[in-house]
Amino acid sequence: MSRLYLARNPRVAARALDGEMMIMSGRDSTLFTLNKTATIIWQSADGSTPLDEIVERKICVEFDVERSAALHDAESLARELASHEILQISEQPIPPRNPAGESR
Amino acid sequence: MPVRVNTTDPEFLAMLQERYAGFVGSAERADMEFDVDLAPPRFSDPEADVRVTRSQGRWLLERGDFRAEWSPALRRGWVRQSANPYSIDAVLRIVHTLVLARQGGFLLHSASAIRNGRAFLFAGVSGAGKTTISRLAPPDATLLTDEISYVRRQESGYIAFGTPFTGELAKLGENVSAPVAALYLLAQGPENRIDAISSAEAARRLLANVLFFAEDEELVQSAFHSAFEFVSRVPVSQLTFVPDARVWELIR
Repeated sequence: MSRLYLARNPRVAARALDGEMMIMSGRDSTLFTLNKTATIIWQSADGSTPLDEIVERKICVEFDVERSAALHDAESLARELASHEILQISEQPIPPRNPAGESR
Repeated sequence: MPVRVNTTDPEFLAMLQERYAGFVGSAERADMEFDVDLAPPRFSDPEADVRVTRSQGRWLLERGDFRAEWSPALRRGWVRQSANPYSIDAVLRIVHTLVLARQGGFLLHSASAIRNGRAFLFAGVSGAGKTTISRLAPPDATLLTDEISYVRRQESGYIAFGTPFTGELAKLGENVSAPVAALYLLAQGPENRIDAISSAEAARRLLANVLFFAEDEELVQSAFHSAFEFVSRVPVSQLTFVPDARVWELIR
């Protein structure tokens, strides 16, 4: 099975507050609030760490879930975030572009 | 922020002077200047969405009833519209959102009023109670607007200004300003009370009420981060109220 790599879209605005990650699309100003799993995926999406590693090292540890189920859910979530252009996904590592708009 | 509007049509000029009575001045220096080119009225859809795009450093504003251009570098622009006050009113609102966003401020869907030298904002979507709470304001409160609040960032905090942008009350705000003391997110309920909300909720609901028209990533980022900066400096809470003047006993 191919691995999936994720990178934050540097063209969105992102901010963490009270443990919630909020992201605004630069394209149409839509505001998204990420749940805990999506926040972990967003924060770990550095373009070089494959999703299965993110799931194994962070999501499974945080939520005590079974790896294959967690990976399936994480892939669905990543694809949904990509559909809103919040994340880029690729089967190859994604080289860094501009710094992400995230700040705290 | 003084705005100069140039027109060769005396009737249109008189219309604007009446529309913006209380806000008409004689400042030598203008922060914005617009030449208005009047055209014959034509069919237009008043519900049509406005489009605000940037190209080569200039903003292009388009709606069914007007076309306008604004150059931030030159602080000048033009408006092509028929002789009505609504089109230029929309242009001025939009250009102010663009200018304020660069400065950390914004226009907000909210009523606002000054009491005891401090400004209070009451935000909410249509029907939330902006007009009602404005109508219930006691005599010692100075109404800044019943619809669109004008908020500027300053070093010490935020300042709310009166605006001529009216809502259902159709009453111009006073042309005065005061430091923002609080933002209340309006809800109607069985009793008057103020409830704390989380910073994240405050930011989310503030963003939902900020006027924003531009399809521009850089400006979206500015507006987004300005909202978070605001909630880190200004107390934001939910104000539940019954349509009764006693709600103002909570606003001091």
